[in-house]
Amino acid sequence: MIVDIFVQQIINGIVQGSVYALVALGYTMVYGILGLINFAHGEVVMVGAMVALTVLQALLAAAVAPLLAILLSLLAAMAVCMALGYGIERVAYRPLRNAPRLAPLITAIGVSIVLQNLAMMIWGREYHAFPLPLDNALHALGGAIITNVQIAIVLVAVAVMALLLLIVHRTRLGRAMRAVAENPAAAMLMGVDINRVISATFMLGSALAAVAGFMVSANYGIVHYYMGFMLGLKAFTAAVLGGIGNLRGAMLGGLLLGLIESLGAGYIGDLSGGFFGSNYQDVFAFMVLIAVLIFRPSGLLGERVAERA
Amino acid sequence: MKLHRPANRHLLVALVLLVLPFIIDSLFGHGWVRIADFALLYIMLALGLNIVVGYAGLLDLGYIAFFAVGAYTYALLGSPQFGLHWPVWVVLPLGALLACIFGVLLGAPTLRLRGDYLAIVTLGFGEIIRIFMNNLNAPVNITNGPQGISMIDPLHVGDFSIGQRHELFGLDISSLHLHYYLFLGFTLLVVLVSRRLENSRIGRAWMAIREDEVAASAMGINTRNVKLLAFAMGATFGGISGGLFAGFQGFVSPESFSLMESIMVLCMVVLGGMGNIGGVVLGGVLLVILPEAFRHGAGPLQQALFGAVVVDPESLRMLLFGLALILVMLWRPAGLWPSAQRRRELAPDETVAQQEQETVYDHSR
Repeated sequence: MIVDIFVQQIINGIVQGSVYALVALGYTMVYGILGLINFAHGEVVMVGAMVALTVLQALLAAAVAPLLAILLSLLAAMAVCMALGYGIERVAYRPLRNAPRLAPLITAIGVSIVLQNLAMMIWGREYHAFPLPLDNALHALGGAIITNVQIAIVLVAVAVMALLLLIVHRTRLGRAMRAVAENPAAAMLMGVDINRVISATFMLGSALAAVAGFMVSANYGIVHYYMGFMLGLKAFTAAVLGGIGNLRGAMLGGLLLGLIESLGAGYIGDLSGGFFGSNYQDVFAFMVLIAVLIFRPSGLLGERVAERA
Repeated sequence: MKLHRPANRHLLVALVLLVLPFIIDSLFGHGWVRIADFALLYIMLALGLNIVVGYAGLLDLGYIAFFAVGAYTYALLGSPQFGLHWPVWVVLPLGALLACIFGVLLGAPTLRLRGDYLAIVTLGFGEIIRIFMNNLNAPVNITNGPQGISMIDPLHVGDFSIGQRHELFGLDISSLHLHYYLFLGFTLLVVLVSRRLENSRIGRAWMAIREDEVAASAMGINTRNVKLLAFAMGATFGGISGGLFAGFQGFVSPESFSLMESIMVLCMVVLGGMGNIGGVVLGGVLLVILPEAFRHGAGPLQQALFGAVVVDPESLRMLLFGLALILVMLWRPAGLWPSAQRRRELAPDETVAQQEQETVYDHSR
């Protein structure tokens, strides 16, 4: 099969971008409501992947039907991550809500370090193979290859994001979330239980992180205790690229970052006459980010600008 | 000696600082003198970042890049990599100058970004610098890639190198001790500069911008230039300490300049007490010593508690470190030793405190 490289990079970019978008949504929701970079979010993704791995292995060993096993492990990962998200907010962020702005950043970093090392103690330093009991068949698409898993990732990501938009724009909880993001004091005067809304936001974001963790692991077939760090960083970049605090911005930013990275990695060698290789992939992503921010200082879709550092 | 007289107090502090390496050496062993040397380097870094974050209020998550520029400048011009062995008194200032230029280059287009947008851009810049150092070994080998550059010249003036022990004033002084004194000198210089800046026209302009940029600019402060100056100044300090690091370590590799290092330096500044020199110094000392203490303590502690080493001491050490970060921040949100001004802001009279409790929310964001 002759592979059209351009189409292939687009496909890879969209798949990777969907994962970025899911993680970026977690960052952007928390930022929209608390004005806080939840640095520990990447580790939540990692924990989601690890839990899914453990449950999936156990279920497959117990000869549960593959589809059911996948569904159950995904649900387990989401449950654990939601509990984790709730716990992180209670322990590390809520006591510091009136503290100087950088204090919660440091506790977030602390939580991130703790989660990483806990995961290292529980699951070890080694790379784990992520079992996927499905037929990962290849399909031809416009001269390129796409796998079953990749199709599933894009479909699930779209479904989850649609569901999230529905929750935020059509439910009572969503309205409360938007109200708190707009003006917390006024929302509270209108009878919104701010603490509950913030907890719910963290749990929603963490559930998305669990889904994303499952997807990355299924796509690459490996899980590692350190996988959350770079993924979180990229997703945060994506959230800023789209305009942090804006849900559609996070989706757009994630997708764009995925595309930029994979196209950049694919073509940077040709563009620079072989001087730069695909190992400059990350440079490419950050350069584009800086360029975008210079011309649109609050991201692609962002309107509100944070007041100060 | 009357201790309340400032002059006497300074004399006492100076005396303690002078004999400190010998005390550390005899109490804890040679390895800890090395740790003290590193602590001084990190204090320099933290004080540099304090200018950017603590005074001017600009969140910089890629500060280690300037440290890297200083270190690589020293390494490339004073090692067998290119066969260059330029004198230290040329290389060090050059590294500082280059770091300063990089600071201006980064700052000029990005400083109109606010808050977290600036944070992510500086973070990206830090990563870009690291990735370049990691990959500039092909097609032309400049930085030697991930292997890094080794056999870097020790810090020296003429034939006098502090990379080896020396007989001075009848005392046999080891290389680690000599580095201690050199770094102490530089650190004190940085402290002095920070101190003078703090109360200068520029320092007050920085703080005005930190508190309210619009008001500062209405008061006639050229915010762009003043912010750029903070960036350049912080970068310069980073560059100097990077050069010293390269000469001390004798080896540099991109690994030493990861995002985690930037975050560590930021932790020193925030945990110690942003904007307060004493606090930042304290933060630097603590964050260098804590992980080391945990490293030595993690194994024996488990032996004592469980009778066996149950978990990997290395991850236990980092786990404890992460917990310490969380607990200290929860316990003292403004840092261990906040500046007097921040203390006043955070401990207002009771009615204000009560009101703040009721609003639950921080409007200043």
